[in-house]
Amino acid sequence: MKYIPAIIAVSLWLAAQPALAALNILACEPEWAALAKELGGDKVSVYAATTALQDPHRVEARPSLIARARSADLMVCTGAELEVGWVPLLQSQAGNPKIQPNQKGYFEAAMAVPLIDVPTRVDRSLGDVHPAGNPHLHLNPANIAKVASALTERMAQLDAPEAAYYRDRAKSFLERWQTATVRWEQEGAPLKGLPLVVYHKDLSYLVRWLGMREVGALEPKPGLPPTTAHLSELLSQLAKDPAKVVVRSAYNDPRAAAFIAERARIPVVLLPYTVGGTERAKDLFGLYDDTLSRLLAVTK
Amino acid sequence: MVKVQTVAVAIASTLASSIPALAQNSELAGVREEMKQLQRNYEERMQALEKRLTEAETRAAKAEKSAGQAEQSANKAEKSATQAEETAVAAGRRTGENAFNPAISLIMQGTWARTSQDPNNFFISGFMPSGGEVGPPKRSFGLGETELSISANIDPYFRGIVIASLSPENTVAVEEAYFQTLALAQGFTLKGGRFLSGIGYQNEIHQHAWDFQDAPLPYKAFLGGRYVQDGVQLRWVAPTPFFLEVGGELASGASFPGNDLNKNGAGSTALFAHVGGDIGESYAWRTGLSYLRTSANNRSFQDPNSLGIPVTNSFTGRAKVWVVDGVLKWAPNGNSTQQNVKLQAEYFRSEQDGTLTYDDLASAAPVFGGLTDSFSSRQSGWYAQAVYQFMPRWRMGYRYDALRYGSVNNAIVNNGLGPSAADFSLLGPYNPSRNTAMIDFSPSEFSRLRLQIAQDKSRMGATDNQVFIQYIHSLGPHGAHRF
Ligand SMILES: [Zn+2]
Repeated sequence: MKYIPAIIAVSLWLAAQPALAALNILACEPEWAALAKELGGDKVSVYAATTALQDPHRVEARPSLIARARSADLMVCTGAELEVGWVPLLQSQAGNPKIQPNQKGYFEAAMAVPLIDVPTRVDRSLGDVHPAGNPHLHLNPANIAKVASALTERMAQLDAPEAAYYRDRAKSFLERWQTATVRWEQEGAPLKGLPLVVYHKDLSYLVRWLGMREVGALEPKPGLPPTTAHLSELLSQLAKDPAKVVVRSAYNDPRAAAFIAERARIPVVLLPYTVGGTERAKDLFGLYDDTLSRLLAVTK
Repeated sequence: MVKVQTVAVAIASTLASSIPALAQNSELAGVREEMKQLQRNYEERMQALEKRLTEAETRAAKAEKSAGQAEQSANKAEKSATQAEETAVAAGRRTGENAFNPAISLIMQGTWARTSQDPNNFFISGFMPSGGEVGPPKRSFGLGETELSISANIDPYFRGIVIASLSPENTVAVEEAYFQTLALAQGFTLKGGRFLSGIGYQNEIHQHAWDFQDAPLPYKAFLGGRYVQDGVQLRWVAPTPFFLEVGGELASGASFPGNDLNKNGAGSTALFAHVGGDIGESYAWRTGLSYLRTSANNRSFQDPNSLGIPVTNSFTGRAKVWVVDGVLKWAPNGNSTQQNVKLQAEYFRSEQDGTLTYDDLASAAPVFGGLTDSFSSRQSGWYAQAVYQFMPRWRMGYRYDALRYGSVNNAIVNNGLGPSAADFSLLGPYNPSRNTAMIDFSPSEFSRLRLQIAQDKSRMGATDNQVFIQYIHSLGPHGAHRF
């Protein structure tokens, strides 16, 4: 234990260092990293814990993430138990009181929007269901707007001297976002009623927003990988109620989607799912632009 | 507040329902635009309301409940206003862990075992027995440990966790019961109670999350399977972009290689440092160095003498253990869903310095009586394992573990006090080793079935060929597993 005084000395010295101007944000998913950048500009430093190629349900509390959580002023996560397998570990191991649950430094997007697909019955025989409702909420632009407002206020609370800056940026973002939303809704009109097969319930908000119709899922039950038995069942179901397209997110295994597409003679569309999932999905606007144009390509 | 909303909702829905009555397309578009404008305004108002609610929430914790209800009704109002489809806010989404009930989870385990040697007289040749449960599971069908874990935040400052283990012999043991701070700043976390020590890599991982059915040989030989502390632990995570953590523990030191000292002050001291990070997006790693110092006072064990008669030997003195550990994980682009690889290795060095007492007075035919002389040992061990998930649900793994007898100075033998090396049959020079392979199938994240085969050369001159089938099921909330 003779090192303890040295440790304390070093940490006190580090604490005494002038704090870096930027608000340190650890975003659990790329969509929230992109949103935090839109709102925070150069007053924030944002690190995304995951990429679009990683399944947000299956992330590990890697040492690098503990290190990031240690120095974060604000964690921006989806909540609704999407990150139940790893965020609690970051919170318990990082030694950072700011980002504990119910603290100002822990923001959950799911708190700002009403969730869909809230199960009436929660039982594991139904698969790894999301008991609080569907957490993949960022694929409805109205939700992004709501989360943006709530997040702006949280950032303003945490970094009061820059509150006006954040609110200005939020205003500008929301204006641009609303204009874009109107455009997307116009462009997306032909997608109304489009029957599609999804991989997981991670596109449900998009499906509802654009009025598309989810006729099946590649996962037999939430969180369980596709099985041949389920896929052949799905095929016979599709024979009665055909789908126009199979969609999958960038992080999903392509094989199950290809299997169905080939046999049902329908195209597979890869959707970015979140920022960074495709070349064009560089930010939130790009995410929606690319998602829509990829879906619209099917209807042409 | 709610009244205003109701009015707005009424207006909005009246407008919405009157839309089909309009024939002209251009007019329709105009009204649609108006609708959207109205919705937008409404949404802005809603956001303002929600903001106010959020502020109210933070101002008074008591107000939280009613704010949540108000927000819920606000959501309901908004729902009908925007003609949204059945959206719903989960009741209780805003309250964690069943209001104030702790989170409860349960692990169920069981084995079917076939071993060529009798698991009841398991020992590790060349190494002082730990007295811990380190042997293979009993033959045929057997129930494993059932683990009940209960956790909750105690208050804004502490979190409490209790893990009780129900053994197949119908006994209950407190595996862990500790509090941990939530509010210490600057990267510090303090833990107190009974907890798995932070030394090594596998030590802090719960048994049901191990990649093999049993512990590696160095854990069995030097820590009695795993090292549990009754004491306090302070950890500090450095404010660096890569992971750097140091920690120390002061504890009773009652578990092997120490024992209950019945003295004031701390019986054991542990220090550890971990470093880790990512290499690109596909690799994550962690490595560490740990040190444990503890003492034993008449830590006794039975060892048959040259005639095969059990003699009580006991060690008094100091024990030190060093551990170097490393783990490297690979997943393509960091997405472990399809395929991933985990490599893990640890090296142990153990030192014991003190006295050994040989006492055959209690045996049926005492020959030498009670003798005490100095004893010291320098022994080591290591293991390396690889686990490969080759497709979703399926993993296979291989582990090699070995112990090195090293140098043992038993002065009772060396100084010719009477007993010969043959009278310490457990402590004879031998380097145990083992080969283990496993394949496991996890139907979901909550269940796992495993087949494990091993060739265990822990016992001198007796190779144990083992086949285990194991199930691990978890009930309750989604568990979070350590890296
Ligand atoms: Zn999901």
